[in-house]
Amino acid sequence: MPALPLDTAGRYVAAAYLVFMLILIIYVAIMASRLTRIQKDITVIDEMLKTRDEHAAKAPPLPTEASAQQ
Amino acid sequence: MTETRKAPGRGLKRLAILTALTLGTAYGLVFFWTPNEADQGFVQKIFYLHVPMAIVTLGGFILGGIFGFLQLRSGDRKWDLRSYVAIHLSLMLAVGTLITGSIWARASWGHWWVWDEPVLVSFLIVFLLYACYQPLRFSIEDPDKQARYASVFAVVAGAFVPLNFAAVRLAQAYTHPRVLGGAQNSMPGSMQLTFLLAIIGMTLLYITLWKFEITSKTTRMQLASIKRRLDSDATGSPA
Repeated sequence: MPALPLDTAGRYVAAAYLVFMLILIIYVAIMASRLTRIQKDITVIDEMLKTRDEHAAKAPPLPTEASAQQ
Repeated sequence: MTETRKAPGRGLKRLAILTALTLGTAYGLVFFWTPNEADQGFVQKIFYLHVPMAIVTLGGFILGGIFGFLQLRSGDRKWDLRSYVAIHLSLMLAVGTLITGSIWARASWGHWWVWDEPVLVSFLIVFLLYACYQPLRFSIEDPDKQARYASVFAVVAGAFVPLNFAAVRLAQAYTHPRVLGGAQNSMPGSMQLTFLLAIIGMTLLYITLWKFEITSKTTRMQLASIKRRLDSDATGSPA
């Protein structure tokens, strides 16, 4: 087959490179959604740690060795 | 003494920059330096995208098999995760290879697909074979069994990839453009250099995405483990 003229060939070449770009963009979008889930997990863990610290602050202090001797 | 573990994402930033530079340079050279091929003209520029992608795809499938073998030998689930990510990424690139190949076929042969061309059909067979990997993997609930069966699949299919393409090489195909290893189709220096750079860039892209996904999955698993420990601390039951 003879070589295609530039205007026709250009469309095919552009389409091929766009497909590649599109696949990369879709992949990055999927990874971004996973990153959002990681962010949510971190928020949950952060809240759990805060609750734990609050409970620890409210709880009566543990008897020390000195107070136990009294 | 606490054991310091290597962070899975170490060096990812440098790798990503290197990948962007290499791929950017390669495709810059494709459009601004490399001459048009005498026979196919401008359409041949697809070659610098399609062939490296196909090579990296097949390399990724073989890598998945090697990781699967290491999983079977050691029983360590980290190899299974590596194998899974390698195959998963290769599948994604295989879709790209099939689509770009189809576009190139339409531009140079006038058909979207040629069924009597062994390279195309064998690549499709490999793709369809690996398309079964994920359904097989996720149909097994027990994590140990899942890792073991998926690894067996990865090893067997990984061994099939080079065998398949060796058979195709022996099958004397003249329709598909022979770009590597053919004396009569040898490329000029500028094309060879650009092609080599495109292969290196595509390989780096694969490694970067692989590392990125491994880091993401490992981080999620670590977070889940921390969450379980905090939950068990709160309820007073063991994790």
